[in-house]
Amino acid sequence: MTAPSTHTTKPATSVPALLKTAVINAVIALVLFSLMVGVRTEAGSDGQLTYWTRFGELAYLVAAVFGGSIVIELLRQWIGPAGTEKLVPPAVQKGMSLVGRYLAPALLIFTLLVPVIFYDQRYILDLAILVLTYVMLGWGLNVVVGLAGLLDLGYVAFYAVGAYSYALLATNFGWSFWICLPLAGILAAFWGVLLGFPVLRLRGDYLAIVTLAFGEIIRLVLINWQDLTGGPNGVSGIPRPTLFGIPLDRSDDGLAAKLGIEFSPTHRIVFLFYLILALALLTNWVTIRLRRLPIGRAWEALREDEVACRALGINTTTTKLTAFATGAMFGGFAGAFFATRQGFISPESFTFQESALVLAIVVLGGMGSQLGVALAALAMIGGFELFRGLETYRMLVFGWAMVLIMIWRPRGLVGHRAPTVYLKKAQAISSDLVKEGHG
Amino acid sequence: MSGNKILSVDRLTMRFGGIVAVQDLSFAAERKKITALIGPNGAGKTTVFNCITGFYKPTGGAIRLTHDDGKEIALQRLNDFRIAKQAKVARTFQNIRLFPGMTVLENLMVAQHNMLMRASGFTLLGLVGAPAYRDAEKRAIDLASDWLKRVNLLDRADDAAGNLAYGDQRRLEIARAMCTEPALLCLDEPAAGLNARESAALNELLLSIRNDLGTSILLIEHDMSVVMEISDHIVVMDHGVKIAQGTPREVRDDPKVIAAYLGADDEEAMAVMESGS
Ligand SMILES: Nc1ncnc2c1ncn2[C@@H]1O[C@H](COP(=O)(O)OP(=O)(O)OP(=O)(O)O)[C@@H](O)[C@H]1O
Ligand SMILES: [Mg+2]
Repeated sequence: MTAPSTHTTKPATSVPALLKTAVINAVIALVLFSLMVGVRTEAGSDGQLTYWTRFGELAYLVAAVFGGSIVIELLRQWIGPAGTEKLVPPAVQKGMSLVGRYLAPALLIFTLLVPVIFYDQRYILDLAILVLTYVMLGWGLNVVVGLAGLLDLGYVAFYAVGAYSYALLATNFGWSFWICLPLAGILAAFWGVLLGFPVLRLRGDYLAIVTLAFGEIIRLVLINWQDLTGGPNGVSGIPRPTLFGIPLDRSDDGLAAKLGIEFSPTHRIVFLFYLILALALLTNWVTIRLRRLPIGRAWEALREDEVACRALGINTTTTKLTAFATGAMFGGFAGAFFATRQGFISPESFTFQESALVLAIVVLGGMGSQLGVALAALAMIGGFELFRGLETYRMLVFGWAMVLIMIWRPRGLVGHRAPTVYLKKAQAISSDLVKEGHG
Repeated sequence: MSGNKILSVDRLTMRFGGIVAVQDLSFAAERKKITALIGPNGAGKTTVFNCITGFYKPTGGAIRLTHDDGKEIALQRLNDFRIAKQAKVARTFQNIRLFPGMTVLENLMVAQHNMLMRASGFTLLGLVGAPAYRDAEKRAIDLASDWLKRVNLLDRADDAAGNLAYGDQRRLEIARAMCTEPALLCLDEPAAGLNARESAALNELLLSIRNDLGTSILLIEHDMSVVMEISDHIVVMDHGVKIAQGTPREVRDDPKVIAAYLGADDEEAMAVMESGS
C-alpha cells in the first residue's frame, strides 16, 4: 500500500532513467509473455502436443508495456501530487475546502431524498441500495484498515458470516430480521476475534495473506458444508424484512392494506433503501464516536507506531482485536441486510473480488476518511454502472480511471486527517504525515 | 536493604545469537534521583533499557522494581505494555517515536489511554456520552496542557507532531512519557541533536521532574554537559559490562572510564576530560 506514495518525493526522472525503467519493464513482459502468449500449445487430435508461435502478438505486447511505462512515468510527473499543489491556485483551494465543508451535509440530504426523486425509477433505487451497501462495507473496513492500519484482505468473510447467520436463523427457526440482525453482527464479530487471535501477531504482508486465506476458507466451508449451508446451491426463500412485524407485501395484513393504499413493489424497495441508509449511518455515527474515545485514538496510534503504543502501556493485542471485531460486526450487519434484500444467497456472492472491491473503496477514499469512503463507493459502484455501455471495454476504462486517480491523489480522494481533540482550533493534518500502518 | 532503591538490576545478561550485548550487569537506581547510564557506542546501554522496559526478554538475571508502597515487581517476567501499565515505567526512544500524524495534544491523550479506558467504561460509557467520562477527558486534557506548558509547546498543541522541530519532538516525547504518570522514567539520549540552549532547557526540565514531582529518572546520554551536571549517580558500561560507577566527580576521574572513551572515540573522550577539567 505504500507503493504509490514512495514516488511522490522523487525528483523529476531524467530521460535515461525513464528509458531504463521502460526497458526493464519490457524485458519482464518479454519473459512473462513469451511463454504465455509467444508459444501456444494445445493437445492435438490424437492427444499429441501441437504448438505454434505468435511472435507478432508478443512484439505488440512488449511494445505496449514499453510505451505504457514511459506514459505512466510521465503522467506521474505531470499530474502527480507534487504538481497539483502548485498548479491549483489558493483561491480555488479555498473554494474546494468550502465545498468540502458543505459536501457531507448536502450529500446526506440528497441521499435522504433519493426515493422521493427517483420513486418511479426502480433501476436507480436498486443502484442506490447497492452503493449504500458498499458505503457501509467501506465504513466497516475503514475501522480496520483506515484507523487501525491492519491490512485485511478477507473482509468478505464477515459479510458472508452475517449473511448466512441471518439466512440460516431465519429459514430454520423463523426468527425475525430484527432479532437476527444483532445476532449476525455478534457472530461476525465473534469470528473476527477468532481469526484475530492467531493472526494479529503477524504484520504487513503476512497479515494480508492470512486474512486473504481466511476469506477463502470461509467460502470453501460454505460450499462444502452441504447439510448446513446448502453448498453451492446456497440458501433460498430467505424472509423479507418487516416493518416491526408488518410485512411489506400484497397480503391483507401487509402494510399497504393496513394503510389503505394500493400495493406497489416499490414500497419494499424504498423500505430497503432507508434500512440500509440507517445501518450505514449507524456505522458512521459509531465510528466517528469511537474515533474520539480512547479506543479509537489507540487504533490510530497503533497505525502510527505500534512500539510507542506498547511503551505507553497500551495492550496492542486487545486493541487490534477490538478493531477487527468492530469492523467485522459492521460487515455482519451489512451481510444480514444483503441476505434479506436478495432473498437468496450462495457462496458465489462472497468471493475475493468483493474483498478487493471494498478495500479499493477504502484506499481510494483516503484511508480513515468517512466522507472519502462514501465518495469512493459512489464513484466505484456508480462509475462501474456508468461504463456499462462500453461493454467489453468497461473493465479497461475502469482500471485506467483507478490508475489515474491513484497517480493524481496517492493518498485517496480525501487525504486529510481530522484531529479527534483540540485545545484552540482543529486543524486538518496533511496526509504526508499520517502513517498507513504496517500490520 | 533496598529501601530507597526503585530499580535494581541483578546480573543481567542479554545475548543475541553469538553476540553478548550485556553481560552480568548489576546496578541500582535510587528513588527520586537521576541515575545516568553512559558508555561508548555499542556498549549495550539501549539493550539494558529494552530489557528493563520488556522489549527484550533477558537471557539471564533479574530486574526488580520497588514502588513507593514497598510492592516489588519482577520486570523480567512482565510483557512490555504491562511494565508501562502496572510497573509504571515510562520510556523514550533513541530515535524518537511519536505519532507523527496525530496532533501534539492527541499524542499526550494516547499516553493516558489506560486511565481514559477505565473512565469510559471500556468504551461503552464513553459511547453513550456519560458525564463521568467527559470529566475524565477534561482532566486528561488539563494534564496534557500542564505538560505542554512545562515543555513550552502549549501553542503547538493542535499541530501535527510530525511537523515539530527536532528539539520540540524530543521534549514532546518526554512530556508524553510523563503523562503516563510513571514511577520511573527512562530516557534514551534525550539531548541527542539538541543545541546548547535546548540542552540547557532539558537540564532544567529533568531537574524539575526529579525535584518537583519526585519521579526517578534513568538516563542514557552521550552529552557530558547534561550527564555531569544533573546526575546523582553514574554507571559506566563498555562492551556489555560495567566498568565503573559513582558520583559524577568519581566517574570523571576514573582512569578506566577515560581509557574506554579513548579507545572508542576521540571526540567523546575529549568531552569527558574537558568536563573534568
Ligand atoms: N536486536 C538485536 N539483535 C542483535 N544484536 C543487537 C540487537 N540489539 C542490539 N544489538 C547489539 O548489541 C550491542 C549493543 O547495542 P546497543 O544498542 O545496546 O548499544 P548502545 O550502548 O545503546 O549504543 P549507542 O550509544 O550507539 O546507542 C551492539 O553490538 C548491537 O549490535
Ligand atoms: Mg543506544
